[in-house]
Amino acid sequence: MIHIFQAYGGTLLYGLGQTLLCSIIALIFSLIIGTFFALLEESPNKVARRCARAYIELFRNIPLLVITMFFYVVFPLYVIKMNGFTAGTIGLTLYTSAFIAETVRAGIQSVDSGQMEGSRANGLTYWQAMRYIVLPQAFRYVIPPLGNQFVNLVKNSSTLAFVGGFDLMYQGNVIASSSLETMAAYASVGVLYLIITMPISYYMRYLEKRLA
Amino acid sequence: MLQNFIDAYSPDNLRYLFGGLGITILVSVISIIGSFIIGSILGVIRYVKIKYVSAVVGVIIDVIRNLPLLLILFFTYFGLPNLGVKPEIIPAAILAMTIFESTMLAEIVRSGIQAVDPGQMEGARANGLTYWQGLWHIVLPQALVKMIPAIVSQFISLVKDTSLATIILLPEMLFRSQIIYGQNTNYIIPMFVAIALMYFVVCYLLSLLAGYLEKRQA
Repeated sequence: MIHIFQAYGGTLLYGLGQTLLCSIIALIFSLIIGTFFALLEESPNKVARRCARAYIELFRNIPLLVITMFFYVVFPLYVIKMNGFTAGTIGLTLYTSAFIAETVRAGIQSVDSGQMEGSRANGLTYWQAMRYIVLPQAFRYVIPPLGNQFVNLVKNSSTLAFVGGFDLMYQGNVIASSSLETMAAYASVGVLYLIITMPISYYMRYLEKRLA
Repeated sequence: MLQNFIDAYSPDNLRYLFGGLGITILVSVISIIGSFIIGSILGVIRYVKIKYVSAVVGVIIDVIRNLPLLLILFFTYFGLPNLGVKPEIIPAAILAMTIFESTMLAEIVRSGIQAVDPGQMEGARANGLTYWQGLWHIVLPQALVKMIPAIVSQFISLVKDTSLATIILLPEMLFRSQIIYGQNTNYIIPMFVAIALMYFVVCYLLSLLAGYLEKRQA
């Protein structure tokens, strides 16, 4: 395994960088989209709630790979050209945003309804109360599950390997087929994944315990 | 456009796609049963704190949980032959799914057992049951009820994750749709609509089941 790192260190690090880059971009955008749909689902408007529900159920129940392949295969044909990395990141963002919407919604619901009532009684509008009173409290509860979503995101980013996204998994395949040391190549890739995911998931477990 | 859909959904193509659905369901069901059994055993081992064993099991669970499923699929299909075992495609897919999902379920089982009031175990012990009797007859049944929604949603992601096995050429829906649209590019959109719909129906039914079980329990 050490000689794999010696011989292919640069390739592996490049893959690690791509994996991290794609995960972080997807995390930022899926947080924005996910929070937006969580707010829509909690809003008083019935049509908005229906739309949000439809979006969440759609992307939660279709495999990530199908979404990614859709952007990789169908989009270039009919809309715009995009490379594997972009297609993979868009797929990841949409898929993760549905899960984040569910998480944030659970967080909003866990905030005592008296908070909203109190701020409305003090003259704030619904959206002001949401923005300044409810959401800040909700995010405190939501941080551990969001961290776990990020771990899932990093693991799911391996689907970039299907569409030529040059991520860690893709490089692992390249190394496995060029060095013919399949086990060692995949083990090195596994170690690099664990370096990212293990600390986050242990830290989130610690946070969960402290919050409980 | 409409004509493309009509052509794409010819009886032969549909039969071929539904065959893929059959393979998805076959792999999922076997992995679900396997991972439920193994996951429960691992979860209990991790919970009861047997000296050394539990710590080792805990580390193994955490390592496998934090790896991508795709990597485990590569291990079972491309890596195992290096060690002298050469599984076929379907067993390799089932093996990888079972390994991965068992560790996920082990965590669910462990936290489910922890959520049961410790007074239950104390009461059972005070009434003369041994530790294992108390665990098996008193604590586990209550824990199981609490865990059901989480377990069902884990199974939903298992069904979705079977699509990853296209990379080791498991002939399931996604793989077969690629073969169909590979012959005629007009079929690309109809094929994506079809497989998205099939996955959606299966997973949505499962998530309705999870929601129902959650409501009944509350």
